[in-house]
Amino acid sequence: MPKARTRKLLKFYEQMLLIRRFEEAAAKAYAGGKIKGFCHLYIGEESVAVGAIGALESNDYVIATYREHGHALAKGMQPNAIMAELFGKETGCSKGMGGSMHLFDKSVRFMGGHGIVGGHVAVATGLAFGSRYQRERAVTLCFLGEGAVTIGGFHEGLSMASLWKLPVVFIVENNLYSMGTPAYRHLAQPDITLRADGYGMPGHRIDGGDVMVVNETIKEAVNRARSDEGPSLIEVITYRYRGHSMSDPAKYRPEGELEAMKQKDPLLISSAQLLEDGITEEELKSMDENAKSIVSEAVDFAEQSPFPPISSLHKYTYVSA
Amino acid sequence: MAEITVREALNSALDEELARDRKVFIIGEEVGHYNGAYKVTQGLLDKYGDERLIDTPIAEEGFAAIGIGAALTGLRPIVEFMTWNFSLVALDQIVNNAAKLRSMSGGELTLPMVFRGPQGAGGALAAQHSQVFENYYTYVPGLKVICPSTPKDMKGLLKSAIRDDDPVIFIESEKMYNYKGEVPEEEYLIPIGEGEVKRNGEHISVVCWGMMLYPVMQAAEELVKDGIEIEIIDPRTLRPLDEPMIAESVKRTNRLLIVQEAWPNSSFGAYIASRMQKKVFDYLDAPIEILSAEDVPMPYSFPLEDAVLPSSAKVTAIVKRMLK
Repeated sequence: MPKARTRKLLKFYEQMLLIRRFEEAAAKAYAGGKIKGFCHLYIGEESVAVGAIGALESNDYVIATYREHGHALAKGMQPNAIMAELFGKETGCSKGMGGSMHLFDKSVRFMGGHGIVGGHVAVATGLAFGSRYQRERAVTLCFLGEGAVTIGGFHEGLSMASLWKLPVVFIVENNLYSMGTPAYRHLAQPDITLRADGYGMPGHRIDGGDVMVVNETIKEAVNRARSDEGPSLIEVITYRYRGHSMSDPAKYRPEGELEAMKQKDPLLISSAQLLEDGITEEELKSMDENAKSIVSEAVDFAEQSPFPPISSLHKYTYVSA
Repeated sequence: MAEITVREALNSALDEELARDRKVFIIGEEVGHYNGAYKVTQGLLDKYGDERLIDTPIAEEGFAAIGIGAALTGLRPIVEFMTWNFSLVALDQIVNNAAKLRSMSGGELTLPMVFRGPQGAGGALAAQHSQVFENYYTYVPGLKVICPSTPKDMKGLLKSAIRDDDPVIFIESEKMYNYKGEVPEEEYLIPIGEGEVKRNGEHISVVCWGMMLYPVMQAAEELVKDGIEIEIIDPRTLRPLDEPMIAESVKRTNRLLIVQEAWPNSSFGAYIASRMQKKVFDYLDAPIEILSAEDVPMPYSFPLEDAVLPSSAKVTAIVKRMLK
């Protein structure tokens, strides 16, 4: 029986593998014309969502950006329902109305899936407000990109979260490019955590490669939030292997950068640790096979599901018209 | 029946709904300790405390979003904009989140919330503080838009809005807060989407809402002297619109004038005209006319402000011309 820390890492590794294989399958389906529109993949960043969401209780909320397939999976949403949503099918988690950028599942408290940069940050503050108001002791994790820290909603969301010491943790996934713009071209002060001081909350910057480090850092911030000590701003340095979306070939990156970053792949870091802890190559391989089969079943499910009927067009606009 | 002001009617609707349901709370600038910039929330902080009357920093986008997030957790927020003029910086939240989250999630999420506040010319407030907003919000599927004109309608419709499970834009008028009217003593609700005939008449139908009811009522009194009886239809709710009520009236009077405080371009009045043209074209004895504000940012100078707004004199002149 492996020790507790190894068991935890195994669980995280399994989730990261699922996300990696899921995203690879999404890329393939996109190339095959099965998925359309904007599709932002999370490959390379898996440790952030998995480590952070691994620090939560089941009634805690997660709200994220349009690059959220990984967060949705980590929060416990069903791969079938997510893939079907990407395929625009009626069996999708949002009935085909939302697509890649708008995944929702209230039952696991995954609140999207938001397409306007920074537009969801103060909504996260509102989720935390709602939890506090109803005395639930739930914490909200809000994921945003480093590109979101320059828009007004970021400022307003963090200001009031801290003013009222609401139970929310803001996680800036700094993947080095705000679409195609590197930090030095859009941030006068590249240390995002310094902003935390302006809101009267703690700020920490960590490297996101090691899922356990992410988990421990976020756990501390979550504990702080849950004990009504207020929000935190955590900047996690990470890297996306693909372009901003499927239509971006990412030619703005210096040559060799991607290859260098791949040496620090979160899956590599975790598998090395697991092997050191006595887990065998075969066990890791069988976990990978399992992830692939879950994803392949999700693709089949999505393929075979029907598109929503045209008659459902007005079904969700109002609760009561 | 008691005679109370629009302000008192709104205050009593808020009071009754706060008492009825703990999920209801009010968030906005100066709503609590200051008792409301226009005193609509007077006395509510003392009664319900600062857990339910939430004073915010000046951050419309932020507190609109907080209302949205809170609604997603099952609460029933009432977001107050000190005036609708300031809602423009929260437009992204209202349009992209409040109106769309239910739809984008395939019905998974609901947003039982109200955005409310006053709009319109308040008297020499100049261009940035004298606008009307029904055109912005009636455009958006996913929102309901209510723009009442009397204390009775304000109270009954605000209570319905708070109990409604969809996001509601509730538009009051700065000038109207001291206007008085009869309000039932017992509890009542007015259904969203039902208009009311405010005055019966046989010669022409005049559709107006919000503040515009008052110049139109005054014009009605003056036109009587010339033997002209106008029928005044107040839709009260703009989205969904009580089209049958307007159509029935036009079928009897054969003429339609729409009076709006808004600018003429891309306006709700123009939408009503297009709907009625389609529904009752064969009954019309004259082209449908729309009286709007002048197409100009509101000037400060008082005589100029008066010249911009629809007035009873303008209504009277148009009605007489349409009946020639």
